[in-house]
Amino acid sequence: MTSLSATIQDVFNEADCAKNANKSEAARKKGCTKQLQPGGAAGGCAFDGAKIALQPFTDVAHLVHGPIACEGNSWDNRGSASSGPDLWRRSFTTDMHEIDVVFGGEKRLYKAIKEIIEKYDPPAIFVYQTCVPAMIGDDINAVCKIAAAKFGKSVIPVNSPGFVGSKNLGNKLAGEALLEYVIGTQEPDRTTPYDINLIGEYNLSGELWQIKPLLDEIGIRILSCISGDGKYREVACSHRARAAMMVCSKAMINVASKMRERYGIPFFEGSFYGIQDTSEALRKIARMLIERGAPPQLMERTEAAVAREEAKAWAAIERFKTRFVGKKVLLVTGGVKSWSVVAALQEAGLEIVGTSVKKSTSEDRERIQKLMGHDAHMIEDLTPREMYKMLKEAEADIMLSGGKSQFVALKAAMPWLDINQERCHAYMGYVGIVKLMEEIDKALNNPIWDQLRMPAPWDNAEGNWQAKALAQVDVSAPGGAPNSVGAEKAPHAKRTRSCKTVELSIIEDRVSAHGSTAVGTMAQDTDASAASKRASENKMPAQPVSALQAAE
Amino acid sequence: MAIVTCSKKACTINPLKMSQPIGGSFAFLGLRGAMPLLHGSQGCTSFGLTLFVRHFKEAVPLQTTAMSEVSTVLGGYENVEQAILNIYKRVKPEIIGINSTGVTETKGDDVEAFIRLIRQNHPHLENVPFVYVSTPDFKDAFQDGWEKTVARLVEVLVDPVDPAAPRDCSRVNVLPGCHLTPGDLDELRTIFEDFGLRPSFLPDIAGSLDGHIPEEFTPTTIGGIGVDEIASMGQAVWTIAIGTQMRRAAEAMQAKTGTPFRLFERLCGLVPNDEFMTFLSEISGEPVPTKYRRQRGQLADAMLDAHFHIGGRKLAIGAEPDLLFDISSMLYEMGAQVTAAVTTTASPVLERVKAQEVVIGDLEDLEELAKARDCNLLISHSHGRQAAARLDIPFYRAGFPMFDRLGAGHQMSVSYRGTRELIFDLANLIIADREANHQPTPATWQITGAGLHVVPPQLN
Repeated sequence: MTSLSATIQDVFNEADCAKNANKSEAARKKGCTKQLQPGGAAGGCAFDGAKIALQPFTDVAHLVHGPIACEGNSWDNRGSASSGPDLWRRSFTTDMHEIDVVFGGEKRLYKAIKEIIEKYDPPAIFVYQTCVPAMIGDDINAVCKIAAAKFGKSVIPVNSPGFVGSKNLGNKLAGEALLEYVIGTQEPDRTTPYDINLIGEYNLSGELWQIKPLLDEIGIRILSCISGDGKYREVACSHRARAAMMVCSKAMINVASKMRERYGIPFFEGSFYGIQDTSEALRKIARMLIERGAPPQLMERTEAAVAREEAKAWAAIERFKTRFVGKKVLLVTGGVKSWSVVAALQEAGLEIVGTSVKKSTSEDRERIQKLMGHDAHMIEDLTPREMYKMLKEAEADIMLSGGKSQFVALKAAMPWLDINQERCHAYMGYVGIVKLMEEIDKALNNPIWDQLRMPAPWDNAEGNWQAKALAQVDVSAPGGAPNSVGAEKAPHAKRTRSCKTVELSIIEDRVSAHGSTAVGTMAQDTDASAASKRASENKMPAQPVSALQAAE
Repeated sequence: MAIVTCSKKACTINPLKMSQPIGGSFAFLGLRGAMPLLHGSQGCTSFGLTLFVRHFKEAVPLQTTAMSEVSTVLGGYENVEQAILNIYKRVKPEIIGINSTGVTETKGDDVEAFIRLIRQNHPHLENVPFVYVSTPDFKDAFQDGWEKTVARLVEVLVDPVDPAAPRDCSRVNVLPGCHLTPGDLDELRTIFEDFGLRPSFLPDIAGSLDGHIPEEFTPTTIGGIGVDEIASMGQAVWTIAIGTQMRRAAEAMQAKTGTPFRLFERLCGLVPNDEFMTFLSEISGEPVPTKYRRQRGQLADAMLDAHFHIGGRKLAIGAEPDLLFDISSMLYEMGAQVTAAVTTTASPVLERVKAQEVVIGDLEDLEELAKARDCNLLISHSHGRQAAARLDIPFYRAGFPMFDRLGAGHQMSVSYRGTRELIFDLANLIIADREANHQPTPATWQITGAGLHVVPPQLN
């Protein structure tokens, strides 16, 4: 049994991680995560990462050993989908109390395992270690071992106390638990030369099912998906696969590389986002299987399916091209998605003004450069303020990012689309990319933007919050674009229009505010803004008032 | 009078409860220019942050001291210091609110001492108020975190007043429980103002989390009550506490400033609002405005219209104590039976819930009770939707978190108007359920071997 710190050191040593391979040995020992900054950090913890990585196993019970915070605050927050069992959607926790902290929580944990087996009889229980029991020295490995022997069930300890590191480290610790306790413990009923593993695919919004029918058609069998729509027995048998694909995430690269080491399963890292990437991934799978003994006809079937689906997808995307002319995208995501989505967006004729490379490897960066040319705008770490500025200055028409930054765009009255884990649409494969274009189109061309960018009729232009916010951004970012307000005019203000009710309500407002009913006083009260608005309307009937324009 | 029992299980299944520290952070979110800070590892904060964002659909400021394995063992002074310095440098908050978590409480970090030391070492932070509240995850629940934090805010931030000094007769303090929404607070503010009173809400989540587009671009909270206004709360003539959880804060206010308080255990339903209106009329010397006389009539009429549908319903409800008491009492008064009641933490109000028993437990307990007792209406936060789906009974979302529907911040239960809206929503839900699932068919009254299928009426 390896200790937790030994496991972590082992994980840090990952040779297949491109980023890691470039480091000196000393730097590698420090691990792949930056030292977290107190007061300046926002991400999840190692427990979070471990739970995310394993939760999509649908038929097992996930038992969180810790106080209520760890599970009570976080359960039921991810949209993986299951084709059958729903046990994973239930939440199990020991909900440690003060008394457990004082006397130790091992007994409670053992009883909890017993209760779960009695009530639900799952094929396995994953037991997650969190900070508090780790601190007081609860030995979950021992409890799991005893419970497993006593009840004749797989009870798997996942050593992932939050304070050992970041979410990404937690993903890898989850992988270690699988490697140590699950993979290779059972034998499949049958094997075929077409068996593959998908690693690091979580079936969010059912994305896996956008790819599976194609694999089925070509004749490739997913022996195990780790962990989207996964079942315990499948993972336990996954060591018999012929090849593996790391899907779009380095989260569980340790699983892929250790399975190659232990069971001789070769793997590659690929993406199912975007037309060309999907085709590339399918071809690679086929090639690898053929290299390992599958009949060469597999490649013919693959090529046939690829050609047919590509043609359909291109045709489907064609109709968006005219609608996307001149539209610019700001992409704030990380890792593989920073280039795989770039390719997809370019396929539809969208221009990418910037992509974040915060979590990307040097390989990822090279790919971005290849795709976007040498002046590719790669952004290291974008603060919300900078994102806001980019959007307001019309350097971008839409932002694609994860849920945490959505309000930066939305509060700037800019279209935004979720492309991270909380999204509710599936964007994988040939059908997914068309869906993504459809969603972008819906967001870009929604009529609400025109209305929302219109200032309230009673707002004076200089005091408008957008103008103020922009001024603030300019002050805080010296050397920023000098003519930010000028840039503002296009294209946001283009289609805003004011109408008669605007002026009516101004008048009404003044009446109620000042109680002025005489024509003269009212004119005086309302004139300040209304008259200038009228004047500007007369001059530019097609391009009337926007607060920022008036501020110019 | 309900008997309060505790679930005996070792394993909590489908928790109803959320942790105490994020309840505390929630209270800090109702302060202007605030940055709540959780002293714990990253996950403690990130889970809470995600919860708030999913519920309110707003950007939420929340920071962490990012405790690592080593700092957890050695003590978190440096982390608290670094966090405060970083926050101060980056966002210039008007106040930093600190809650402890399970990790730092297990270690036993003395944060009050840390703060004294930080003040000593960094004199430039002199004018930034820090409020620290001890809120271990392994004790109590969300509502308790709120309760303790608001009481602490009163103790630390309210200036003491000379009892002999004249008070501002139009000014009242309002201490709302965490079960009230921004929509509720807006409604209450209007009512107070209609009586000519100037309310100070502590905390005021209506100003910060009501879904408006902010005037400024700020990394701290965007509204809420300011530290200056809290300081002057002692000048108010009355303190009005809403929900039993606010007794502690109201008492703290009275002890510090001599301001008398009146506690309203609930504000959902006809009678509680009659009492509320009468009280406001008394303290303001104004008659109840016509508007509310009309609204009272509308509520009375809504109750008449809806009692056909709500009367006789067997209610299964899972909520934090004050919300549980609030909604279940109103429904009991509408003729529903509170058949299964589950809550998260102990409270004196639980005994007064109109049910035979109240279980301190989880959503599995609620689901099992609801099934065994044949309940046909389920109320809880969003996590209860799975149970309702399995039981195939209508489900109404109340409380926090409500992540799978929009408008959580504006849902109302206080005042004549809020009660009326809640009653209509519930009655319509029941009507829709009947239309969808309970229309009679020729099979409904089919004679089986034992003759006509007669279900004996079940009374509570």
